[in-house]
Amino acid sequence: MRWGEVVRRLLLIPPTLFGVAVIVFVLLRVVPGDPIAMMIPPGASPEDILRLRVFYGLDQPMLQQFVTWLGQALTGDFGRSISVHRSVFALVLARLPATLELALLATLIAIVLGLIIAMIGIHLRGRRAEWVVDGGVGVLLAIPDFLWALILLLLFGVLIPLLPISGRIDPQLDVTFRSNFYLLESLLTGRFDVANALLHHMILPSLALALPFAALVARILKTSLAEAEDQDYAQIARARGFSRPKILLSEVFPNALIPTVALGGVQVTLLLGGTVLVERIFSYEGIGNMAIDAVINRDFPLIQGLVLTFAVLFIALNLVVDLVVTLLDPRLRHG
Amino acid sequence: MTTVLSVQGLQVAIGKGAHAANVLRGVSLDLQPGEVRGLVGESGAGKSMLGRAVLGLLPANAAITAGTITFAGRDLLAVPERERRGLLGRHIALIPQDPMTSLNPVKRVGHQIALLLRHHLALSKRDARERAAELLTGVAIREPRRVLDLYPHEISGGMRQRVLIAMAFACDPALVIADEPTTALDVTVQRQVLQLVERLRQRHGSAVLFITHDLGVVAKLCRTMTVLHAGRVLEEGETAEVLARPRHPYTRALLAATPRADRPAEALRPVPPALIESLWSEAFRLDRLAVAGRP
Amino acid sequence: MVDLALAAPVAPQARWIAALKRGGARLWLGAALVGVLALVALLAPLIAPHHPLEQDLMSAQLPPAWVTGGEAAYWLGTDSLGRCVLSRLIYSARTAVAVALIAASLAAAIGIALGLIAGSFGGWVDQAISRLIDVWMAFPPVLLSIVLAAVIGAGLTSVIAAIVVVDWTRFARVVRAETMVQLKRDYAAAARVIGLSRGGLLRLEILPNLVPLVVTLLSVEMGIAILVEVILSFVGISVAGDVPTWGGMIAEGRQIVYQAPWIMALPIGCIIASVIGFNLLGDGLRIVLDPVQRQ
Repeated sequence: MRWGEVVRRLLLIPPTLFGVAVIVFVLLRVVPGDPIAMMIPPGASPEDILRLRVFYGLDQPMLQQFVTWLGQALTGDFGRSISVHRSVFALVLARLPATLELALLATLIAIVLGLIIAMIGIHLRGRRAEWVVDGGVGVLLAIPDFLWALILLLLFGVLIPLLPISGRIDPQLDVTFRSNFYLLESLLTGRFDVANALLHHMILPSLALALPFAALVARILKTSLAEAEDQDYAQIARARGFSRPKILLSEVFPNALIPTVALGGVQVTLLLGGTVLVERIFSYEGIGNMAIDAVINRDFPLIQGLVLTFAVLFIALNLVVDLVVTLLDPRLRHG
Repeated sequence: MTTVLSVQGLQVAIGKGAHAANVLRGVSLDLQPGEVRGLVGESGAGKSMLGRAVLGLLPANAAITAGTITFAGRDLLAVPERERRGLLGRHIALIPQDPMTSLNPVKRVGHQIALLLRHHLALSKRDARERAAELLTGVAIREPRRVLDLYPHEISGGMRQRVLIAMAFACDPALVIADEPTTALDVTVQRQVLQLVERLRQRHGSAVLFITHDLGVVAKLCRTMTVLHAGRVLEEGETAEVLARPRHPYTRALLAATPRADRPAEALRPVPPALIESLWSEAFRLDRLAVAGRP
Repeated sequence: MVDLALAAPVAPQARWIAALKRGGARLWLGAALVGVLALVALLAPLIAPHHPLEQDLMSAQLPPAWVTGGEAAYWLGTDSLGRCVLSRLIYSARTAVAVALIAASLAAAIGIALGLIAGSFGGWVDQAISRLIDVWMAFPPVLLSIVLAAVIGAGLTSVIAAIVVVDWTRFARVVRAETMVQLKRDYAAAARVIGLSRGGLLRLEILPNLVPLVVTLLSVEMGIAILVEVILSFVGISVAGDVPTWGGMIAEGRQIVYQAPWIMALPIGCIIASVIGFNLLGDGLRIVLDPVQRQ
C-alpha cells in the first residue's frame, strides 16, 4: 500500500462519516419516539413542552436541523445532551478514556492468549490431541462477548466471589485523577495500589471482550501457521537441518502473521462494539454504557455524537490494521 | 574409497494398509566421492521420492518400509535426530526445484544465507554476511552486497536459483542432491545454471545426485546415470555407455522419445508394467555391473 | 498392495453416504442440538409442567429441586413472581426458534437478492450496493439494533426487524463475491453463448452453486438471531413483558444474581447449547454439501 493509497483512504473518511451522520439523523427523527416526552416531568404545561422543543431545535424541519447540527459539529460543538444537560463533546470526552483502556487491555489479553493457543495447536499438529484445541477454540468462538460477560460475572463475581462486578473503581478509594485515563495515570505515577484496584474491576469485562477475539486469533494463526509450514521454503529449511521449533518461530511465524493480522484485524472493531453490552453488564462507566442510556432516553444529540465517535474509532482502527499489514509484508510495499 | 552415499534395497510406500502403494521398490544406488550421477525417469517414477528419502523429507503419508541409506558410513535411518540435523544442510545439501517458492518471501536474501551459515558454522553476524557476499560472487551474481539486502521477489527467477545453489554449497557438502533444478527455468538460463553447478562441484569436490527427466542435461553434466521406472532401477552405468548402447527396452524407448534436431521423436510407447517386471532380473543387473567394473 | 490402475466409478448413493460421513461429529452433534431445540419448541405446551405466566407468589425464588429449599413441583425453581423456571425456559425456546427462523430467512432473502444483483450486474450498480454495505457495516451492530428497536418500540416485529437490518450485509457480501467468481468461470461463458438470459443464468447455474454457502450462513444466522434477541431483551426493548424469552429471563436474573443465580445461569446454558448447535450444524452442512469435495 503506497502513499497514494493511504491518502485515498484518509480522503474517504469525511464522506463516510457524513453518510453515517445522515443515516443516524434521519433514523432518529423519522420513527416514533419523542425525547422531550421522555424527559419532562408529569404535569408539565404545553408551553413548557414547546419551549423545550424550541430550545433543542426540534421544532424545525429536519433538513434545517441537520444543517444546523452539521455547522455546529464542524466547529466542535455537538450540542447539548437532552437527558444529562451537558455538552455532548464534554460527556463523550469524559467517558472515552475508560472504554479505550478497557478495549486496549482486552486486545492485549486476546493477542497473548491467541498466540499461546495457536502455538500449542500447531505443536500438536497431526496428533490426536489437536482436536481438543480445535474444539476448545470452537466453543470460545461460538459464545459472544456479552455471554462471556454474564458467565464470568456468575462464576467469579457471584458463585466464587473473587472480583467486583460493577463500576470502574472502588468508591472508597482515596485518590484524585487529573485525566480520565485512570489506569495509565496510576501506572505512570507509581500508584500501584490504585492500579491494582482498577485492574480488579477491569479484569472480568476485559476477559469477556478478549475471549472470542482470542479464539479468532488462535484459529486464524494456527491455520496460517499450518499452511505456511507446508510451503516449499519451510520444507527446505528442514532439509537444511533446522529443528521444527526453530523453523516455526523464525521462518513460518513472520509469514503466518500477515493473514492473521489482515483477517483478525478486521474483527478488532467487533471487540470495540462489544463494549456496549459488556460495560452495561458490569456497570462500567464508559461510552458503551452511556450509549445504551442515551438510546433508552431518546437523547438525539448524545446518540449522534456517540455513533460518530464509534464510527471514527472503527475507521481509524481499520486504517491502522491495513498499515500494519503493509509493514509486515514486503511484497505489498513494492507493488 | 569410501562410498559417499549407499542406498540398498530401499522401499517407500504411500498410504496405509489396504490402500498403500509402493513408490520405490527395492532401489539400490552407490555414489563415490565427487561422482556426478544423473537420476532419470518419467514423472512419478520415484526419483524425487528417492531424494526426499535421503534427506528425510518424505511427505506425512509416506514411509520407508525396507532398505538402508548410508552416508559416509553412517546409517541415516538409525542415527539420532540431532546428529541427522547436523548433517543436513552441511554435509548433505539440496538444490530445490522451484526457485519461486523455495525462498522465504518475507526475509531478505542475505538474512536467509546468513541464517544457514550461522546455524551450521557458528559464524558471527559480520562474518556470516561477508561469507554470504563471497558465496554470491561465487555464483556469478554482480553487486552481491546489494542483492543481500533485497527480498526474493525483487530478484529474477534465475538469480534466485543461483542463490539456492550458493546456499547448497555454502558449507562445503560432501553430497549435493539436485532435485530438477533446471526444470522451472528457461533454456537459456538452464545452461548457466548447469555450468555453475559443475564449477562449484569441482571446487568443493562434492558428489552430486542430479535428479531430472531431461536426458540432455544428463548427457552434459553427469558421468554416470541411473534409469528409474515405476520405483525400480532399470539400468545404470556410465552415461556415454548407456546413451550409446542402451540395454533395457525402456531406456531405448526413452531415448527414442527424446526430441532431437535431426529426426522426429517417437512418442514414448508405454511399456506394460507386467512386461517390465518379467524383464527385470538379477541376472540382467549383475551382467551390467560386471561391465562397469564394480564388484 | 494396490494396483495403480483406475478404480471403478462410485455409485451416487455411496457418494452421499460418504459425504454424510465426512460431516463427522460436527454434523451429528449440531443436528442433535438443533433437533432437540426444535422439538422442545414444537412440543412446548405438552412438555412444560406449568403455564409460563402462572404466578405463585408464595413460592417465589425457589432454588432447583435438588438443592435444599427446592420443591419437586418446580424442577428448576421459580423466579421472583413464583413462575416456573423450567416452563419459562421451554416456552422461551419457542420464541427463540420462531424469531430465528423468520429473521434469518428475511435477512437471507434481502442479502441474497442484493448480493446477486451487485455481483451479476457489476458496474455502478455494484459500486452503489458495495458502498451501501460498507457504510452499513461501519455502524456498531449492537448500537444499530438497539437504536432501531428503541425507536420502533418493543415487540417481536422490532426484534426481527433489528436482526434483519443489521445482518443482511453478511449474506450480501458473501453472495456478491461468490456470484462474481461463478460468473467468471467457463461454464457461465458457455451458458451465455448458448443464449441463456441473465435471469436464466442466475437461476439455473449460479443459484444451485450458492446453495451450500447459503445453507451454512443460514444456520449461523439463526444462532446470531437468538443472540440478538437476548441482547435486546437485556436492554429492555425486546418482546412484551409477558412473552417469555431467554434474554428477558437473563435480564431479570441479573437483578437478583446474588440471591437467585440459577435464574440467570439456566437461560445462558440454553442459549450456549443452541448457538453451538447452530454453528456445528452449519459447519457440518458446509462440509457435506461442498460440491468440490463431492467429487
